[in-house]
Amino acid sequence: MSVAIKKQATPVSKPAHEIDEHIVEILSDSGEGAQKCGQSFGAISARLGYGIWTVEIIPAEIQPPARSVDGASGNRIRVASRRITNGGDKADLAVAFNEQVLRGRLNANELKPGSIILLEDKWRHDDDPSIAASYVAVYDELLERGFDAIEIPMETECLKIVNDPRKGKNMFVLGLLCSIYSLEVEAAHEQIRFIFGKKSEQIIIANQRLLDAGYQWAEDNLDIKFKIQATPPVEPSIVVNGNTSIALGVMASGMEVCAMYPITPATSASHYLSDVFEKVGGVVHQAEDEIAAAAFAVGSSYAGKCAVTITSGPGYSLKQEVIGLAVMAEVPLVVIDVQRGGPSTGQPTKPEQGDLLTACFGSHGDAPKVVMAASDIEDCFYSVITARRIAEAFNTVVVLLSDANLATAQQPFPRPEFCEEWLAAPIDQSPVDEDYLPYDWNARSGQRRRVIPGQPNGMHTLTGLAHDRNSGVAYNLKTNKEGIRNRSLKLAALQKTIKPPTVLGDDEGELLVVGWGSTRGSIEEAVQRIRADGHKVSSMHLKILQPLASGIREIMQRFDKVLVVENNWADSMDDELIDEDNRRYSNLGWLLRARCLVDIDCWGEVGEQPIKPGTVERVIRERLN
Amino acid sequence: MTARATEILRRAGAEQHSLEDYAGCVPRWCTGCGDNAILAAVQKVCREEQLPLEKIVFVSGIGCSSRFPHYMGTYGFHGLHGRALPVAEGIKMRRPDLHVFVNTGDGDCCSIGAAHWVHATRYNMNMTVMMHDNNIYGLTKNQASPTSPMGTRSNTTPRGSVLEPFDPLQATLGFSNLSFVAQVPDWIPELLFQVIHEAHKHRGFSFIRILQRCPEFQANRWEPCMQDPASVRILTHENGVKLSPTLARAYKNNQEHDPSDLVEARRIVGTSEEIPVGIIYRNPDVPCYEDMRKPDRLYTPDHVKSGLEEELDKFTIWPRD
Ligand SMILES: Cc1ncc(C[n+]2csc(CCOP(=O)(O)OP(=O)(O)O)c2C)c(N)n1
Ligand code: SF4
Ligand SMILES: [Mg+2]
Repeated sequence: MSVAIKKQATPVSKPAHEIDEHIVEILSDSGEGAQKCGQSFGAISARLGYGIWTVEIIPAEIQPPARSVDGASGNRIRVASRRITNGGDKADLAVAFNEQVLRGRLNANELKPGSIILLEDKWRHDDDPSIAASYVAVYDELLERGFDAIEIPMETECLKIVNDPRKGKNMFVLGLLCSIYSLEVEAAHEQIRFIFGKKSEQIIIANQRLLDAGYQWAEDNLDIKFKIQATPPVEPSIVVNGNTSIALGVMASGMEVCAMYPITPATSASHYLSDVFEKVGGVVHQAEDEIAAAAFAVGSSYAGKCAVTITSGPGYSLKQEVIGLAVMAEVPLVVIDVQRGGPSTGQPTKPEQGDLLTACFGSHGDAPKVVMAASDIEDCFYSVITARRIAEAFNTVVVLLSDANLATAQQPFPRPEFCEEWLAAPIDQSPVDEDYLPYDWNARSGQRRRVIPGQPNGMHTLTGLAHDRNSGVAYNLKTNKEGIRNRSLKLAALQKTIKPPTVLGDDEGELLVVGWGSTRGSIEEAVQRIRADGHKVSSMHLKILQPLASGIREIMQRFDKVLVVENNWADSMDDELIDEDNRRYSNLGWLLRARCLVDIDCWGEVGEQPIKPGTVERVIRERLN
Repeated sequence: MTARATEILRRAGAEQHSLEDYAGCVPRWCTGCGDNAILAAVQKVCREEQLPLEKIVFVSGIGCSSRFPHYMGTYGFHGLHGRALPVAEGIKMRRPDLHVFVNTGDGDCCSIGAAHWVHATRYNMNMTVMMHDNNIYGLTKNQASPTSPMGTRSNTTPRGSVLEPFDPLQATLGFSNLSFVAQVPDWIPELLFQVIHEAHKHRGFSFIRILQRCPEFQANRWEPCMQDPASVRILTHENGVKLSPTLARAYKNNQEHDPSDLVEARRIVGTSEEIPVGIIYRNPDVPCYEDMRKPDRLYTPDHVKSGLEEELDKFTIWPRD
């Protein structure tokens, strides 16, 4: 059923439906600004005290063909009266700049049955009869399928204000949304001023006028109005996406060098860092390839403070040999892998958690390294600081995993308060004792004192060859073994300091769901929904994946079943060919089965979008039956 | 005397660093290996300049030649096959106070690490790079390298290599942002010393191709040249190498070459029948990457705090009152 478009002006104070949350999607061709509109809508909502989570909808190409099913570019914004940790299930309202990008989302089943769809109506009158026909077909189908489809004369209205509606429709739509969700126009004006801050006053005013026009049009013509309760913030918070959060974390960690080679979806972290790092005396080096980037970072670390290299899957593979070198020579190094769909070029813009095992066991030979994963936007920030500290305390490699989901998702979190302990100690140039040994491993922890060039009496040659305590080439088996043992010992020493993970829900029960990384929000939301039905389901989220904390096995043993849920491939037991002998488990599934000797079940999904809470909920319910 | 005591005395001005101070482990290269000659020349350059031991870093890849850092009494980084240059760049980036030297082989530099070489030239960071070109893979025991002459019999080319050799000089003279290129054989100690010394004094990326003897796998490669001084054409100039009277008597085949002349440098390298030796190209005015990328603001905890706060401000939602 369609909401009739009222032609007469309605009073500004329409009654609003009180709701708890809504999921909104804004969809356009690439370049039409739906992403900016979505981000702004999210930011305004956050400013006003709503919980938000935004998900970018990104086509694979920079300029996909216009009006194409796979070319949808835009944003999903989940707005709620409480803190939100994921993008949610299906959308309640979608705004589409053409019917084809909408078709893409319909095909992907991303819209709730009966949801509200605001559709640009200009295509109905397009000169090309095939376009007009395609528009009408989709529109009719929407009505037939029970969607609340509303045609909006976006272009016609925008042309009253600007000459090029392609560059303005998005602010008109922002105005529509402000009216529909009863958001203060004042806050939206501030947001426009903020995003167009570097542009001229004229541009700012034009965009504000477009916003006002959209707002007024909705007030005058639409019958829909919602109100979500906001909790106005009492403490300052920041709204950033995961990659910006990582970049801020790099700044806050006291690292001074970031070496990188561009790769989606990691690049935006380096873009932002390139813009701001020099303010704090840091530098981003764009190397000729990922091997060089990693080697450059190792050189910097060797001669000074721990450095960082940021990449994604294919680049992470290229860095493997250098990672082995850093482990062997015991040079601190932070490697950030913003995972994407793999293997090979895979799905560069899509989320996947497929690199966990390669992070734990990659490189070659015995190369023990620390592996951590960020689980939300705030965690991206603090994990970098922790990674740097561990790398320097243990003179080893720390791999920090994020993914395409966190990379572009936005979520507010409390504004960090700077703390000097985050920073690396200033580099030491004091003379060392004459009897200094470069690898004077501590028998209990495997740790050593790192001496860097410039320190008198400390001269030695670091080597990727097996070496003795004097960093001399190890020509015998015993010396080599001593090095391997000490490097391995460092992980054990670190492990002793890791607290066991906490459990969400009861400490025992029917089912424990275990996850890591960006799926945390969806898993916990699903578990809470099921707990609300009285099921004894709990969840546990792991942040340090290598070494694993003590106590994980004991926690798992208190549940009848353990299920690992993650965004990577796991063979399904429903598959005809699959049995217990050939089943390939999900990444964490393998890891926990091997570590804990518990018969853990797993479920993995490799999809286009981040795993939804509803999907996890369904999987859990199946396992409970 | 212990290293420490020597150090104290030296600082007091009572004693200079001796050649032995620059020596590390006992070299394990084959007898007659040209790497020994390069090591001796390098140690002499360090002594000549009285470089503080702790301020020197030798960075290398993997290969016979890349064992070099172990044999110096300085800091060193013996890393991965082909990756010496990016490691050295990382070191130099925030530590302009360090004297950075790189030792790399013909396989290390011209094959597996070739991309890094192209870009290292372009970055033009202040370091001295010695490419030990023995025309063979030594450490892995006798495989053809990109610079092996056509027809070289090796373990991977038992019937002789079929490709034209790669010419590192022609290649490097084609790279962008060039700053210093030289060629010198390991068997003329005086020139070897001069070239490495000039390279070290040059501010920028100084690339030296050193023709290096490998008696083990390329026994006869340079023998004819050693026997016949006329096969070597020495390029002299007041801004290049200078011949001592003794050397001038032995090496009569020489010519003036102004190292600032890139066109002439390319002509010589592209057409000379003989082996050009000396400083082929030198431009002291190319800016160094580490200088250009030096942040205006120093790293201090206060700057980190203020910089971070400034950035956080951009994303902050302040409570509305
Ligand atoms: C990634 C990698 N591939 C191959 C090797 C084996 N390897 C070691 S040294 C070398 C070639 C050495 O030749 P060159 O660089 O000319 O040095 P030389 O020994 O002749 O001084 C090779 C292929 C390695 N160490 N690492
Ligand atoms: S094999 Fe050749 S290059 Fe290697 S040490 Fe022996 S002589 Fe020198
Ligand atoms: Mg060689």
